[in-house]
Amino acid sequence: MTSTTWDTGAAGSAPAAATTTATRSPRKRRGRLLGLRITVAVVVTIVMAFPLYWMLLTAFSTRADLYAPGLQLWPQHFTVQNFVRPFREFPVWRWFGNSLLIAVVVTAITVVCNLLAGYAFAKLRFRGRNALFLVLLSTLMIPPQAIIVPQFFISIGLHLYGGLWAVILPEAAAIFGVFLARQFFLAVPDELIEAAQLDGAGRFRTFVSVVLPLCRPLLAVLVLLTFMGEWNAFGWPLVALSGNQQLFTVPIGIVGTLQGQYTSDYGAIMAVNLLMILPIVALFLGFQRYFVEGLSRSGLR
Amino acid sequence: MTSATERIGGATASARPPRRRSAGGFRASSGAAATAFLVPNVVLIVVFTLLPLVYAAVISLQDLDSLGGTSWAGLGNYAELVTDPVFWQSVANTGVFTLFTVPVGMAIGLGVAVLLNGVLPGRALFRTIIFLPLVVSGVATGVLGAWMFDQNNGFVDDLLKSLGLPAVQWQSSGGWAMTAVILMTLWQRIGFDMLIYLAGLQGVDPAVQEAATTDGASGWQRFRLITFPLLGPSTFFLLVMNLIYSFQVFDTVWAMTRGGPGYGTTTVVSYAYRVAFDEHGPQLLGYGAAVGIVIYLVTLLITGLQWRFTSGRDQTD
Repeated sequence: MTSTTWDTGAAGSAPAAATTTATRSPRKRRGRLLGLRITVAVVVTIVMAFPLYWMLLTAFSTRADLYAPGLQLWPQHFTVQNFVRPFREFPVWRWFGNSLLIAVVVTAITVVCNLLAGYAFAKLRFRGRNALFLVLLSTLMIPPQAIIVPQFFISIGLHLYGGLWAVILPEAAAIFGVFLARQFFLAVPDELIEAAQLDGAGRFRTFVSVVLPLCRPLLAVLVLLTFMGEWNAFGWPLVALSGNQQLFTVPIGIVGTLQGQYTSDYGAIMAVNLLMILPIVALFLGFQRYFVEGLSRSGLR
Repeated sequence: MTSATERIGGATASARPPRRRSAGGFRASSGAAATAFLVPNVVLIVVFTLLPLVYAAVISLQDLDSLGGTSWAGLGNYAELVTDPVFWQSVANTGVFTLFTVPVGMAIGLGVAVLLNGVLPGRALFRTIIFLPLVVSGVATGVLGAWMFDQNNGFVDDLLKSLGLPAVQWQSSGGWAMTAVILMTLWQRIGFDMLIYLAGLQGVDPAVQEAATTDGASGWQRFRLITFPLLGPSTFFLLVMNLIYSFQVFDTVWAMTRGGPGYGTTTVVSYAYRVAFDEHGPQLLGYGAAVGIVIYLVTLLITGLQWRFTSGRDQTD
């Protein structure tokens, strides 16, 4: 079924030359095969895009239309009321503010910490480096879901519980970026760092003004992935923010409040859902390359 | 140099710099500087990840409720776990969820990757759209799933009806509810499987395929005997990743079904949340911690197997 041999060549010119000696029928078969491939690709893509279309459609449909019997594949009566209602009845603006605040602060803390640590592992020599590296590596295997109960007690013990910091600090304790950063910094030539230090720059100064400017793609990947992870975070925030609607993030607000209040009003829920995914979708469309590179390393988040 | 530092992606075995220079490449004592660079990250990890793991083990040996009552239970929580039918049901549910999401998702992802690997008009657009659900959160996916699979008004039921098919109890039957959760998870995850396989396909040398074609191998033979074996590392990576994520699933399930109907879609992590924190649950924190330890051990097992099979291929020095 694959025709990768031909396709990965220089866009058809090489195959064309190769087929001059061949009979007509294989070429025709390839033509039909291409048609089949395009058809399958279109079908798969429509199926994949459909749920998002449905979210969009629901968000802009009237309640009567949504709950009318029969299948309606396009909007019958356009409305923006679904966006008005939840914002009027619940502190949805606050949830968005909380989500943004948490995501920005966590991203700042995590990325700075990861960059510093990754640099130390890549370019600084110190005793116990390998041992410490292995210890940190092993924490990758601790699933956040496994330690929610102790985190609950620790956040109470540190007097964080009941505020946004109860979410921020544990969420900022991330390690994956360290490995990504380390690998990236390893590729920076030692000569460059030595030259900077011969010129009298301290280690921190070297890091900030010589090494970091070379690492914009790394920075972009770390910032985008961390931000997305926090904007979408659910498990720990659900526990840490429970009970206080004013502290909710958007996912917690949707699950903790809207799903219970709008049980037969999915238009309102989908409207907020749509607004929730919009910033990440926009970032993804704008910086697709970094998302692809980052996610292929880190996996799902 | 720019080409080396401009990009991050590429194979895991990215080009290393020349081996570290002999003694004193940097002035010897960088201990103090290293400490300064490491302290922030290490402190956070110790306080909020390592310490909690130890603490979880301690708590799991206690009878602890949210009102603050505490007493030592020894291995009581674990003993209870072994005889708790709901726990075993959650294990079985997680098994079913994993059994369907992992191989099916990988198979579809592989198919789509092969389809989109060659030259195809609009290929970039296809890829982008198929990849898009991956950046949609588990909660958004679950909430959307709850609506699309709504038993009376959802899209899927309307579609079945319009096709003359019988209605399905997406919400009141545990098996169908699980099916719906699996379908939504597949929707979200196929892009990831596709992405990794696409990267893997980049490493398959077209010359080998060409040689096979010359030898008269059919398309399917070429795929089965050449392409798929060469994708081994991608398949293995995906298997481990998918196993871990399926095993730890929570947000999609919770947002979509709350683990219901009954315990029909309660996975292990949902169960841990339910027994420890849910306002309608028993709020047994020690018991929840014990489930957490089980989750950790299983994750450790999966990762351990991965390391065993790929020793020498991981990121350590």
